[in-house]
Amino acid sequence: MRNLKLIIQREYLARVRNKTFIIMTFLSPLILVGMFALIAYLSMLNSSEQRIIGLYDETEMFASEFKDQEQVQYLDLSGKSFKEAKQMVNEQDYYGLIYIPKNINRDLQGVQFFGKESPGLGTIQAIEKTIADRLTREELIERGIDVNQLNEAKTEVRIEIQNFSGERTSKMSNYIKMFFGGAAGYLLMMFIIIYGNMVMRSVIEEKTNRIIEIIVSSVKPIQLMMGKVLGTSLAGITQFTIWVLLAGVLAMTSFYVLGIDIFTVQKSQLETVEQIAQPEIAQLVMDVLNLPILKLIIFFLIYFIGGYFLYSSIYAAIGAAVDSETDTQQFMFPVILPLMLGIYVGFFSVIENPHGTVSTIFSMVPLTSPIVMLMRIPFGVPWWELAISVALLIITNFIVIWIAAKIYRVGILMYGKKASYKELFKWLKY
Amino acid sequence: MENLLVAENIYKQFGNFTALNNVSIAIPRGSIFGLLGPNGAGKTTLLRIINQITMPDKGQVYLDGKPLQPNDIAHIGYLPEERGLYKSMKVGEQALYLARLKGLSKAEAKERLEYWFKKLQIEGWWDKKIQELSKGMAQKIQFIITVLHRPKLLIFDEPFSGFDPVNAGLIKNEILQLKEEGATILFSTHRMESVEELCDYMALIHLSNKLLDGKVSEIKREYKSNTYEVGLETENDTALLAELKEKFVVGNTNFKSINDDLKLTIQLKEGETPNQLLNYLLAKAKINHFVEVIPSVNDIFIKTVTQHA
Repeated sequence: MRNLKLIIQREYLARVRNKTFIIMTFLSPLILVGMFALIAYLSMLNSSEQRIIGLYDETEMFASEFKDQEQVQYLDLSGKSFKEAKQMVNEQDYYGLIYIPKNINRDLQGVQFFGKESPGLGTIQAIEKTIADRLTREELIERGIDVNQLNEAKTEVRIEIQNFSGERTSKMSNYIKMFFGGAAGYLLMMFIIIYGNMVMRSVIEEKTNRIIEIIVSSVKPIQLMMGKVLGTSLAGITQFTIWVLLAGVLAMTSFYVLGIDIFTVQKSQLETVEQIAQPEIAQLVMDVLNLPILKLIIFFLIYFIGGYFLYSSIYAAIGAAVDSETDTQQFMFPVILPLMLGIYVGFFSVIENPHGTVSTIFSMVPLTSPIVMLMRIPFGVPWWELAISVALLIITNFIVIWIAAKIYRVGILMYGKKASYKELFKWLKY
Repeated sequence: MENLLVAENIYKQFGNFTALNNVSIAIPRGSIFGLLGPNGAGKTTLLRIINQITMPDKGQVYLDGKPLQPNDIAHIGYLPEERGLYKSMKVGEQALYLARLKGLSKAEAKERLEYWFKKLQIEGWWDKKIQELSKGMAQKIQFIITVLHRPKLLIFDEPFSGFDPVNAGLIKNEILQLKEEGATILFSTHRMESVEELCDYMALIHLSNKLLDGKVSEIKREYKSNTYEVGLETENDTALLAELKEKFVVGNTNFKSINDDLKLTIQLKEGETPNQLLNYLLAKAKINHFVEVIPSVNDIFIKTVTQHA
């Protein structure tokens, strides 16, 4: 135990003192914020562009329908000849020219758009809708239907979803669940990949430095491996804590700048919720508060630990099996595959049907369960499913760590040997 | 207890490959024991088993008469053949770390490290990183780490490989001094001259089997072939040579001499004594040189290994 502590301590310090680690810890939040700012700026830049679109309308019905907007200005060129209009648009560098023929019918056949480059989807849809709306109105009038009456008759339906224990949910709350579950699963995957790689690199480093045999003459290989996994995970937790704190500081600052008093919000959440005028926002805050937050946190920790240990011991074994990082490729695929599968199943299947067969199976299979189950939990997962999934994860952890330790034990003492899967299998019997 | 370490009937298999086949060695307390063998003979595997890095399939290792225990590592110092240090860690820090892994307390480790750093005149290195040091410098650190916890048994795997002559000499002296202080030393090598110089006992492993072991002097006695090297001054070399060849097994040899001698090796038959040979030669020639041919460890090594090839 004393040695394990020493190893954890060394591994932790080696990670945390690493220059790249320090730089990444403080730089990546800035990079992230910077990226968002850049994206926001770029899209602002994009949409602030003024466009002029010419309109050549032979029916003379639509000129009043195309109303100028912030970014788009319509110019009626129907007075000129079509050739002239086309030429003008081209010469003046307008965005494009809409051509509406005289005998336009209901399926909008014959309407054309001329432009230097193909227009954005949004632009086209807006134009189509404008023309279609007008034609629809004409059609309604022609059939003797009162447009005003029709508008009044339109209703808006918002289905209220309620489960048997009486918790109310809404479509909005589904999005929130998706967001929280997805964030948790994604975070876990990133953590596994980043810190699993760190474990692997540190094993390779010890092998290439040739210090490994000196160390294993003092401690058991399994101790070294576990110390490495634990020390690295502590470094990871440190990094995440710093990020959360930084995010907190940033959030506080921005709240302060924006004039939102976060403390009063916290003090009387429910009160504030009721005070908010718009029902949608009230519902949103209620939905967040209604999430099984405690359950989510507890299971995030369980799956986090289980998933991380499972994968990082595989990473450690891979590190032991190779001589340099370039040799790891052939072993990386089977590690990345289940992680990716978990994320894809999560983002497609769970969102579509959180309790469907695919989602349920993948939330049981230990290699994908940490990610998929975390995504399912906000939607409410029965206790027995959680129990089976966690039990399977723990059992698999024991098996995988046992196998990884065997490969590790043999691999760290093998130099200059390029291991194949066959070789690894043989090592299990050494 | 006469033997500090006894390895009994060690058997180790890797897949279909037998690395050690029923190998036993006994290392007397306070001796220097040389483990010889060509590359791939199984030396390192045996050393790893003694260090409990690898477990034997069969057999048992005893330290001080008791079966080897996990915490016996505190009594063993091991300098592996493949050795190195953390590149980006400071010298003092990692020496402390490795010493503490061996069970020393922090204060104790620090005190002893300071002693050794002073002794090897490397006091200024404490805060340097290994990547700033030369290979020879790093080897000094590795040596210190191996002996720091004052183990009863020191194991060096190819200790002189990679050391420059100055460092090799330094380490050799330190090894001899450690022996004087009561340590028992086991080292593996394929450099025969170091065995000749240092070892009291030796064992030869070849193709996973132990072919030979015992006291170096006894083994040499066993391997000598009753052969003498002579330098003879005569009027007529060819006549004498012809005469000698009739009576003995004669071979050519070369040694340094200021005389223009006929240089020969003469192997006696069993029961014949060097005195008889001398008596015979006295009448024939002036004897400038007469010496018994003692097989070098190198000769023994090559002879044994080729015999079992």
